[in-house]
Parts: sequence; structure tokens; C-alpha cells
Amino acid sequence: MSVPYALALLGAAWMIVLFLIPLISQLSVSLMTGDPETGFNLTWNFGIYAELFGPGAAVPYALFLGRALLFGSIATIITILVGYPVAYFLAFRAPQRWKTPLLSLVVMSLLVSFIIRTYMWGFILGGHGPILTWLRELHLAGPDFHILGTAGAVIGGLAYNSFPYMVLPIYAVLERIDRSMFEASADLYASPRVGFFRTTLPLSRAGIFSGILLVFIDSVGDPVNSQLLGGKTTYMIGQAIQDAYLSQQQYNVAAALSTVLMLALGVILLAYARFIGTDNIEDLA
Amino acid sequence: MSDSDIARGHIDPGLFRGLTQARLSRRGALRGIGALGGAAAVSALLAACSIPGTNQTGTADTRINWTQWWAKQSKQGTLNFANWPLYIDQDDNGNSESLKRFTAATGIKVNYKEVIEDVQTFYAKVAPQLRAGESTGYDLVVLTNGWQFTEMIDNGWLAQLDHSQLPNFVANAGRETLFPAFDPGSLHSAVWQSGFTGLAYNEELTGGPITSFEDLLDPRFKGKIGMLDDNIEYGSAALLAIGVEPTKSTPADWKKAVSWLEKLQPSVTKYYDQGYTDALQNGDIWICQAYSGDIFQLNAGGHPEIKYVTPKEGQVVWHDNMAIPITAEHPVDALKMIDFVYRPEIAALIADYVNYVSPVPAAKDVILNDLGDPDVANSPLVFPTPEMLAKTYDYYVFKDYADFTNWNDIFNPIVQS
Repeated sequence: MSVPYALALLGAAWMIVLFLIPLISQLSVSLMTGDPETGFNLTWNFGIYAELFGPGAAVPYALFLGRALLFGSIATIITILVGYPVAYFLAFRAPQRWKTPLLSLVVMSLLVSFIIRTYMWGFILGGHGPILTWLRELHLAGPDFHILGTAGAVIGGLAYNSFPYMVLPIYAVLERIDRSMFEASADLYASPRVGFFRTTLPLSRAGIFSGILLVFIDSVGDPVNSQLLGGKTTYMIGQAIQDAYLSQQQYNVAAALSTVLMLALGVILLAYARFIGTDNIEDLA
Repeated sequence: MSDSDIARGHIDPGLFRGLTQARLSRRGALRGIGALGGAAAVSALLAACSIPGTNQTGTADTRINWTQWWAKQSKQGTLNFANWPLYIDQDDNGNSESLKRFTAATGIKVNYKEVIEDVQTFYAKVAPQLRAGESTGYDLVVLTNGWQFTEMIDNGWLAQLDHSQLPNFVANAGRETLFPAFDPGSLHSAVWQSGFTGLAYNEELTGGPITSFEDLLDPRFKGKIGMLDDNIEYGSAALLAIGVEPTKSTPADWKKAVSWLEKLQPSVTKYYDQGYTDALQNGDIWICQAYSGDIFQLNAGGHPEIKYVTPKEGQVVWHDNMAIPITAEHPVDALKMIDFVYRPEIAALIADYVNYVSPVPAAKDVILNDLGDPDVANSPLVFPTPEMLAKTYDYYVFKDYADFTNWNDIFNPIVQS
């Protein structure tokens, strides 16, 4: 066997053990019928997908999926709008000796447990938390105005929690851009604005795409933010999968919901990559 | 490196081949992995095309002669104990006086692990091991009653306790803990601590006492109500609110309870998993369904304005139960621990620290006189009054999985919207 194939073996083993086997097992569980007492048997029950997502579904899983995709998209857009300038500043404007401390600040939040971070957001956004108290002082919010329990709180939590995952890949790409490109665009009479939109932004597309991969996938499937920060109408597909598996013990339902979620994410991201993202998905690494 | 280096043979021939031959492209490698993976996955699929049911694998405990089973066991000198975080007396260094005394009295070394944070997750973790008849690594586990606990009993995954080896348990357990609805005769379980689920309110905000579930429907409190997000909690509250004892309820009652919850829906801001105590303090909500132990700690922590109340329609009691998995390696040691914590002086140490409802009423005098802590001893949230117990009910006990699913189907739409 030649060296390249031998090297690929390790990768192949990794893919098989940690990706393909779980994936196939998930697909096959989703096609089973049964309950924890009698056991689940593979009956090729493709009907479960129509049952869960069709018009007559007993539980509106399609709504939970749609809501998760919507919240995840908005959170992703927010992280781009906020994260891009941060990454830009770090790459081009921050003095060299400040770069490491500033980058550490960005990832610092990751040192605290995800649950605790989310929980602290609940405190900050709470009725007597710093934000609402301040807004009330300024008479910008009435006494009954809430943030916690709304879609806004959930989307904010999702965006906050994945913020570093957007900043870091964009920063990495911006940092690598050849500075002479900017000189060239200036020499060709591009204003700084035009220069940014015609040079910097297109050259950092791959970073944005990596950020979107990390943030969007993470946000759409997240079960925690909606549980801790959300309210009555923020139930998302991640919570539904968790409840179906752990609480209702409907392993087939949980597997089918996960499969549909994966498919939806896959289709959306491939479409994005195809039409506006990057020329070749393999250029990303 | 120059051409002459290669010509002179200074370069590794393997590397040279790698540099010059057409290499395996990444796309090609991925395809190769796909093909290899496909074959492996198909065999995995064939191997795993069913998940065994508990009916076939569970060892029904009626088939076991428990006297003989216990006669074959002996003390091993080790105990692997799985409990919830912060659920036993601890000093500043994390050492437990009650565990120390247990080791001194019995010579059994305790590996105390705070690994249970949620019954459903813990059940999901140990169920495959119990189904396969393997040890879970724990001899004693503390689990709340509920569907998973009922499942463990029904599946025959819990050893029947030998009451003849539990003299302190038989003598000192409170009557209400000896005969829980979910485990008649306490055959498989001994209560570690219990707690009530009733209502809590912020008196500064409500401007007066709240006494019943009916008060939640008062239009003054619209948008100021919190409920717990567990369907057994809000379901039981609603059953009590419509005047039905949860243990005696039928699916027809459940549907009526849901109508009551739907009537309440506009008033509810949020269904809480946790964090409702903060929300009560900071005014996000004024009234919330609440666990008695949480409110006791809030009061002790300087928040007297938050009150716990047993609604006049009643409250429910939950029990965290010690149980011995049938595959335990040291069941006799576990049995000794169960009996040990039913000594009043040990029960007092634990109750004085964790502040939940103690299963040993005699611990009250020890806390009052020996430990000198009247705040805990005289609190009805640790040692409930007879009037409180008269209004305390058990949760509905699920008959089987279909019954459990039926409850879920009826009550879940309240939070899944």
C-alpha cells in the first residue's frame, strides 16, 4: 500500500467510528417502531417522517424546526454584524502587542461553563437586572416591559454564546490577506469604502463562511438558550429532540427529528456555499 | 534542496515518490473513506437493528427469592454511593461528618460521588448497563420518584430491601415515608430526603398573602406568574387545583386539568426549569410554583419577603430515594448505609445541612438540642406540621409506558408551543 493511502486510513477510521456509524445508527433507529418496554425493532417505518412533519402532526415539530432555523439565522447575522468589525479591528487596527491580550478577551468567555454563561444572561436581562433598570430610569421601558422569556432574549443568548466562533475564523482570514492588495486597490483609485467592499470583504468570504458553519449549526440545534432564556413561545427543535429522547423515551422520534434537522442544515449550508458562499468548499481549510 | 541532492541520493526515496507522483486528492480520499465506511456501516447496521425492550431483559424481581439472594451477599468493606451535588453534610473542606462516622462505625470505605444531576439523564446512562446485567459502578443511588424510578422497579433493576437488616429504618422512618404510593411497603426504596412542591410568592409585590391555586387566576397577577416546566409538576398542580387527588386521577381528569392550565396560560410568563427563585426576588414574577427546600434556603439567606405556601387545595410531595441496583457489587454495604442514615443523630446532621424534609421525625429534637439550630428544627419546611401533611399528596404513579405517554400527550402541549 502506498504512503498516501496508509495516511488516509487513520482519517477513515476516525470518520467511520465517530461519524458514519453513529449516522447510520441514527437513521436506522429513526425507522424503528416500538417503546422502551417491548423494545424498538427496525420496521423501515418511513412514515414517521410524514407523521412528525406532515400537516396532521400531533406535535407541531415543523413549527419548532422553522423557529429554530429563524432564530439561528438571525443570531448568525447578528454575530457577523458585530463580529466582523471586531475581527477587522484585531487584524488591522490593533497594535501588535495588544493583539494577544485582545484575542484572549474574545475567547475568555469560553472559559466559563456554557450553562453558567447563559444563566448569567438571564440575570442581566431579568426584570431588576442592570439593563432593564437602566432602561426604566431613562423611561425607555415601561414597568411591564420584559426581555427575558421573549424570542429576543433567546436570539441574544445564541448570538452571545457563539460570538467567538465568528470572530476567530474571520480574524484568521483577514490576518492572512496580503497587505499589498489594499495598496493596489488604493492605487487604482478605490476609496476606503469601495476598497473594503471590493477587496477586503470578498477576500474574507471564506472566514465568514467558516464562522457561519460554526455559529449557524450550533445555534439551530441548541436546546439550552431557549430553555433558560426563553418563554412560552420559544420552544425549539433542540429542546424537542432532548425531550423526545430523555424525557419521553421515544428514541425513534428523537432520531427522526435529528435526521430532519441535519438534512435541513445540510441543504441550507450547501445552497449557501453554492450560491454566495465560497467557490469551493474545500478551499476553506 | 537542489536537483543534485536528489541525484546524489540525499533524499528519502519515499519522500521523493510522494513529491513527484500524483497524490491522493482530498476529494479522492473522502470518496475512499466513504466506500470503506459504507461497508463498515452496513455491518454495524445489521448488528444494531433493534433496541431490546425492558420486558424481555428485565429480571422481574418476583422471580427472585430475596431471602436467599441476601443470604449469599456479604459485607465487602467498600461502598460506591451516587448522590446529587450538595446533598450531604459537608465542612469547608468538603468532608462529611456523617460519612466519617459511617466508616468509623462499620469499617466500610465510602466512595461518595456527586454524579446525579437529573434523573432522566442518569437513567439514560445506567439503563443500558442494567439491561445487560452489568454493574453500573454504584451500589447505592439516590433517585427521585417519577416515571424512571417506576421503570426501574418494574424492570426488576432494583434489589428488594431486606427490612430485617434495617432496624433503624423500620423504627425511625416517618409513617408517610414508609408507605409511598410509588413503592408500596418501601420494598425497593428508602427515602433520603423529601420536599414539597407548592407555591411561593413575593409578599412585597403581591401586597398580601396568596393562599390557593385559584389566586393564580386573579387578573391582577396577569403576566406575573411562573410555573415549573416539568409536566408532572404543573400537571399535578392543575389536578389539585380542580380538586382531584393526583394518585386517584384518570385521563379524563388530566384533560380537565389541561383546560385549567389553558385558562391560566395568559397569566404565565415562563415555565421554569431553574432560576425561578431569582425571578421571584427580582420581580420578573410575583408568584411561582416552587420547591419547599429552595424557599427555605432563600428565607435563610435573608429574603423573608419570599413566602412558601401550601395551597389550600393541597401540595405534592416528592421523595429522593436510596435504592440498590440489582447488579451492585456491594449490596450489603449499601444496606448498612441506608440503615445508618436513619439513626436520628445522623439524619439530623444531614437535614441540618441540606434543609430538605427529613425522613426521620426524631431528628428534630437532635437538631434543636444537640446541634442548637432552632431555625431548621422549627421550620415546617424541614419538619412539616400535621396540618401541612394532611394537605400533602403523592404524584400520580404511571402504570406502564402507554400510561406515561398518554400523560405526556395530554400535558406537553402546555409548554411545547
